[in-house]
Amino acid sequence: MIPELGHFALWLAVGVTLVLGVLPLVGAQRGRTDLMLLARPATSVLMGLVLLAFGCLIASFVRNDFSVLNVASNSNSALPLMYRIAASWGSHEGSLILWLLMQAGWAWAVANFSRNLPLPMLARTLAVMGLLTLSFLLFVLLSSNPFDRILPVPLDGQDLNPQLQDPGMIFHPPMLYMGYVGFSVAFAFAVAALIGGNLDAQWARWMRPWTTVAWAFLTFGIALGSWWAYYELGWGGWWFWDAVENASFMPWLVGTALIHSLAVSEKRGSFKSWTVLLAISAYSLSLLGTFLVRSGVITSVHSFASDPARGLFILVMLGITVGAALTLYAWRASSVGLGARFEMLSRETMLLTNNVLLVVATAAVMLGTLYPLILDSLGLGKISVGAPYFDAVFVPIMAVLVFFMGIGPLSRWKRDEMPALSRRLRWAAGVTVVSALLSAWVGGKLTIMSILGLLMAFWITASVAADLWERIKPIKGMAGMQAPWWQRLRQLPRAGVGMMLAHLGVALFCFGVTMVGTYDVEKDVAMGPGDSTTVSGYTFTYLGAKPANGPNYEALRGHLTVVRDGKPIAEMFPEKRIYRVQRNPMTEAAIYTRVRGDLYVQLGEVIEGETWLVRIWVKPFVSWIWFGCLVMGLGGILAITDRRYRAKAGATATEGAGAMSGVSAAR
Amino acid sequence: MKLLRALIPLALFAAVAVFLAMGLGLNPSEVPSPLIGKPAPAFALPQLVDGTVTGTGTSTSSNTTTNTSTSTGQPLSREDLLGKVWMLNVWASWCAPCREEHPLVVDIAQRKLVPVYGLNYKDAPAAATQWLRQLGNPYTGVLVDADGRVGIDFGVYGVPETFIIDRQGIVRFKHVGPLNAGVVRDKIEPLLRTLNAPG
Amino acid sequence: MHPADRTFHRWALTLLAAWVLLMAPALAPALAREAAPASADPVLENRVMRLSSELRCLVCQNETIAASHADLAVDLRNQVREMLREGQSEADVTRYMTERYGDFILYRPPVKSTTVVLWYGPAVLLVAGLGGLWWILRRRNRLAADQFDDDEPVAAPDGSVRADDLQGPR
Repeated sequence: MIPELGHFALWLAVGVTLVLGVLPLVGAQRGRTDLMLLARPATSVLMGLVLLAFGCLIASFVRNDFSVLNVASNSNSALPLMYRIAASWGSHEGSLILWLLMQAGWAWAVANFSRNLPLPMLARTLAVMGLLTLSFLLFVLLSSNPFDRILPVPLDGQDLNPQLQDPGMIFHPPMLYMGYVGFSVAFAFAVAALIGGNLDAQWARWMRPWTTVAWAFLTFGIALGSWWAYYELGWGGWWFWDAVENASFMPWLVGTALIHSLAVSEKRGSFKSWTVLLAISAYSLSLLGTFLVRSGVITSVHSFASDPARGLFILVMLGITVGAALTLYAWRASSVGLGARFEMLSRETMLLTNNVLLVVATAAVMLGTLYPLILDSLGLGKISVGAPYFDAVFVPIMAVLVFFMGIGPLSRWKRDEMPALSRRLRWAAGVTVVSALLSAWVGGKLTIMSILGLLMAFWITASVAADLWERIKPIKGMAGMQAPWWQRLRQLPRAGVGMMLAHLGVALFCFGVTMVGTYDVEKDVAMGPGDSTTVSGYTFTYLGAKPANGPNYEALRGHLTVVRDGKPIAEMFPEKRIYRVQRNPMTEAAIYTRVRGDLYVQLGEVIEGETWLVRIWVKPFVSWIWFGCLVMGLGGILAITDRRYRAKAGATATEGAGAMSGVSAAR
Repeated sequence: MKLLRALIPLALFAAVAVFLAMGLGLNPSEVPSPLIGKPAPAFALPQLVDGTVTGTGTSTSSNTTTNTSTSTGQPLSREDLLGKVWMLNVWASWCAPCREEHPLVVDIAQRKLVPVYGLNYKDAPAAATQWLRQLGNPYTGVLVDADGRVGIDFGVYGVPETFIIDRQGIVRFKHVGPLNAGVVRDKIEPLLRTLNAPG
Repeated sequence: MHPADRTFHRWALTLLAAWVLLMAPALAPALAREAAPASADPVLENRVMRLSSELRCLVCQNETIAASHADLAVDLRNQVREMLREGQSEADVTRYMTERYGDFILYRPPVKSTTVVLWYGPAVLLVAGLGGLWWILRRRNRLAADQFDDDEPVAAPDGSVRADDLQGPR
């Protein structure tokens, strides 16, 4: 009954999206306010229906209704409740329902938090989002229905993949999808503006908070995925350049270019073509990512069970969605103005360079990801493209980007002068070089890569510090008339602080990557009870292994103590688990996290008797990688709470073309 | 001119979409063999005869489960098989898909399409013998590759696999995974006809 | 007995035996012993792992043979170790692997005529991108001023225009 209800809700939603996708668009073209006003309530109804369907799926999992094929394939009665819920999006079909929920949710948010958007623009945007939702609804209903029944009803389910029975499964996919689908808002705004022919600074200002929030979620989602892989998969790495990792990274890179491009379009009216194209590309890359994971075209540790028929469906969706948007772009491109003028040396140029570099980086990642497919389809053989390639190709581009990242915030809009700019920068440059060399020397290892990485991290930090100084430094001749420095600090606009914080996040990230890449130490030892070994000054003593069973698995839990300079540091419990249903052995590493680094211990195999092969890593500063990403995302969120995005009660129109209206901060 | 430039993104997308569409018809996890058209790798392996392993092989075998004392008979080497077209079927008693394809292999042997030699990959002779006893032995000879070295030389990565080697000892065909009637009919039989043609 | 049950029973007995064995030494005087490294030659092992981390496991296909637990991965690691111990070079190992499994096994694609675009593409794109930008900007700046849009700053909803809406730091 409940699954059928969910299924029915989805079919009703198809009807709603047809209404939402067509009528407001027609209304906007013809100036029919009654049709345009349909958009908002339609999104509410859509949200309700999709939420209902989602609820029905979750209910089926929670109730252990094994007559539903999806539940029987992905769950089990012994599975803890929170993983039963997470299992609802652990399969291809279920994850699409999550996607639909996000799609409807973002549309609803745009409808309800954009009171000051002109009606035609709102109507068009929501209509486009409705059409995007329609395509996914059809995909689910025609090829990937999670509500299919199975007869005869199995007694119990096949359990969720043990690697997914982890808190990561609860947060990583929803965050990621919030990001992927959030870019559809930017996409919709861009297409709406192309249809309506009104690409101006106002449009950029509306779009900016939405895009930044989506970008922040995607940042959190990718960082979570990386962290989860690190502690779950047990090989100590945090990024594999796996096809699906790349598929999530490409929209992020383009999304980063987009939020910077929007900054310029909002302030100066320039880069509008760039912004539109980037907005279309970001969501297109999200769709590409979905295609790659579900079509079987590329092998990946992330792939859902592949099915070329489904792949074809998504490819057609991709073709229509992106093809239509790009055709619209080509048609309208000539009418987009040049924007305001700026000199060769200016912040605009810096940001344009940033865009170019990010797009080149995206192209490089796409080239590497799709190259095996391209060669194979041309009959030129089968190759693999893995980490060695991506590291070799991506890092240099990033180094150049980081160089400009340090200069950009310190350069003036419109026109800057070399002497003034270099005066602002030279202190930062000096500090950077000294700090980097000092750190490398103290660390004990001087390699080109480590020095480069440290230079990058310190350059960004020094630049942020210089930027901060420029903003709060006392102005000559105004002493006595200026507020004290701490007040000046508090009065800094949030957008500026957000930017500095986000850039600082990048610096933390670079620092973590460099340190762990250079100073990571691994030791494999054979340990029997009572044996010790020392790694990087930490003494690990193995005390033996005991059985320790979980709700749906049996485990052997090892016990190690860690001592440094005579002081006890940690007790670590790595495990070897066998999950009862799927019976595949799983290794749970024990990780002790501190600011200055992680201790990472894994039980390998039994060598003989009670002697185990134990793998021990000391990973300096590794958590700075994900902490840096967290700071990046938080910087973005802080930036959009700036007052310029908040509508004031009784917003007054000022001089200048068009009504000045703001957009409520996305909550 | 501006329109032309504005069409570039669409053109790039179309190119990518074409490749993705082509990709739907391919299998990305299938690894083609670099041995096709090259001489089969050298090997000299003991054989499994009536439950015992006869002939000492040159590969450092850790085959200690049953007696290797009976040194009657020579190891079978690549050179021994020159001059005829033959099929190498890689199998093991612990391999479930091998069970699926075995009736087909038996059928090929019964129809005398081609002499079939088995490569018993990383298996125990007792289990292998039992398996053959249960399911039938189509093999003209069973080569025992206890440590898998010869398998690696042949580029084996997933059992079962099947090779066709011609009279000059050149590898002509490889199939990964269990054989099915379609492959036998559409690929193997025509190939055998070509290879067996006089001259 | 069902094979799954047999495995479970074997596991259970092993665990029980391990538990009993673990308890016995607790009674003996505990001698903290420096654990032996897993391999006799850590330097060699390092080389083996480094090389193996660039080789693809063909069974699971999304792990390196350094990380994979598959039988074939273990066999191939042993092969790498043996070859390095005999004094063969890393190029020899790579050739050995590609002779048997093709270029697919290499995570670092070889530079060949078919991969020239792959390896040099990004560099070409970088130079072309930055160079093209330079050229377009220069051409743009030679246009007459009336081709550009107005230089009006966009005000905040409360009507204010901030300094950094138009220029950088003071």
